[in-house]
Amino acid sequence: MVNDEEVDILLNDLFEVHGYDFTDYSRASLKRRINRLFELDRFPSFAEFRYKIRSQQDYLKRFVEEITVNVTEMFRDPGFYKTLRTQILPVLATYPLIRIWHAGCSTGEEVYSMAIVLKEANLLHKSLLYATDINPNVLQRGMEGIFPLSQMKQYSENYIQSGGINEFSSYYSAKYNSAKFDEQLRSKVIFATHNLVSDRSFNEFQLILCRNVLIYFDKDLQDNVFSLFDQSLETLGFIGLGSKETMRFSSVGTKYRQLDKEKIWRKMS
Amino acid sequence: MTTNCNLLVIGGSAGSLEIISNILSNLKTDLRFPVIIVLHRKSHVDSILTDLFSSKTTLPVKEADEKDFLEAGCIYIAPADYHLLVENDRTLSLDFSEKVNFSRPSIDVTFQTAADVFGNTVACLLLSGASSDGTEGLKMVKNRGGLTIVQSPSTAEVAYMPQQAVSAVQIDFIIDAADIPKFINGFSDVPNNSLK
Repeated sequence: MVNDEEVDILLNDLFEVHGYDFTDYSRASLKRRINRLFELDRFPSFAEFRYKIRSQQDYLKRFVEEITVNVTEMFRDPGFYKTLRTQILPVLATYPLIRIWHAGCSTGEEVYSMAIVLKEANLLHKSLLYATDINPNVLQRGMEGIFPLSQMKQYSENYIQSGGINEFSSYYSAKYNSAKFDEQLRSKVIFATHNLVSDRSFNEFQLILCRNVLIYFDKDLQDNVFSLFDQSLETLGFIGLGSKETMRFSSVGTKYRQLDKEKIWRKMS
Repeated sequence: MTTNCNLLVIGGSAGSLEIISNILSNLKTDLRFPVIIVLHRKSHVDSILTDLFSSKTTLPVKEADEKDFLEAGCIYIAPADYHLLVENDRTLSLDFSEKVNFSRPSIDVTFQTAADVFGNTVACLLLSGASSDGTEGLKMVKNRGGLTIVQSPSTAEVAYMPQQAVSAVQIDFIIDAADIPKFINGFSDVPNNSLK
C-alpha cells in the first residue's frame, strides 16, 4: 500500500516534473484513489509506480484522471435546477448575453443539463457556456455528448423533478448502449482545460457553477478558488455549489447573500 | 493488548435502523469519543434521518459536513450520496466518487480511512444488512490493531452483511443486538478507555 510519505513524494514529483499541484487537495480521498490506481494497474513496487508517473506522459494523464473524481450526473439535486429555472434564469434573461462558467465540469453532464434548462427558457441562443476541467480526456467525452443509456432512466426522473416539461428522450438519440445528446445543446458550449489551483480568471460571468469540486480541496485552496470566482463574477451574479458546500466560511463570503436554503449565492457588492 | 477507543464507527444497512435508534437511546451522555454512523439508504437528500436520530439522545447529532472536526460525545451521520472519509488531522471529508459495493456512502470507505488515521484506537461495528459492504474495512481495522465488532448474525434482521464479515475477518466481539448499547457504554467506563 502507498503510505503517507510516498503520497508526499508523488505529489512533489507531480509538481516539480509536471507542474500539477495537488498538495492542497484533501488527503484521505487522494490517498485512497492513488492506492486504488496502484492496485488496479498492478504495480509490483512503489518505485515502479513513481518511475512511470515521472517519465511517461501517457501514464501521467491516466494518473491525473484517476486520482481526481470524475463522477457526475445530469440534473443532480433536481431542486437546484428547479431554483435555476424559477429564480435565476428570469434574472439572467435580462442580459443581452448570458455568460456561464462550469468550473470542474468533468464529462459535462451538468453542462448539458444547463443547456436544456436554458433552451426551455428560450435563452440558449444568447448564452455562452464555458465548461472547464483539469483533465483533457474527460472534456473530450463532454464534447462528444455521449453518455451511457443505462443512466437515462435516472436522469429522466431528475429532469422531471427539476420542472422539465418535455419528453427527456427528445434530447438524445439512443444507439446501442449510448445516448447521444442533440448537437444543438452544445453549440453554445466552449470546452477548455483549466486548473483551478494554478490558472487565472479568464472572463467575467453572471453565473458560475462549481458543484462537488471544492469538497476535494483543503480550506486554503477553497478560499483561493472562491477569490478566483469572485474575480470572475459580475456584481449581482450567482455562484452555485454542491449540496454539501458553502461560501459561509470564505474570506469573500461577506459580499454574498445565500438564496433561501439553496446552494446558490448572489454577489451583492 | 490494550485498545483505547478514540473513535467508534457504526456501519449499517437493511434492518439496522432500529438497532441504531436503540443504541442512541441508550448511549451514556458523557461519551468520551465521537461516533460516526454510516447507514445505507436511498440516495435522495434527507435530513429526516438526522432528525430521527437526534430525537433518541441528548448528545449532539449532526449530518457530517466536510472539515468537521471530530469532537468527543458528538454523533456524525454520513450524508446521503457521499462517501465519508476521516483525515489525518481528525477532520472529516466528503467524496462523490464511484459507489463501492453498490453503495454511497460506503461503510468500507469510512472504516478504512478511520483505521488509517486512528489505528489501534478505533472501534468499528458492523450491523444487519444485505450487502457485502464493511468486510474489507474491518480487515483493515483488524490489520491496524483496531477493534472489530459485529452484530451476531442470528440477531440480525438481515444476516448477510455481518455473516460475510464473520467468515472473512477475525472479529474481536460478536454481540447480540440487545447487548450492543451496554457494550459501547463500556468503552467509556474503563479507566483511560482501555479495553480488552
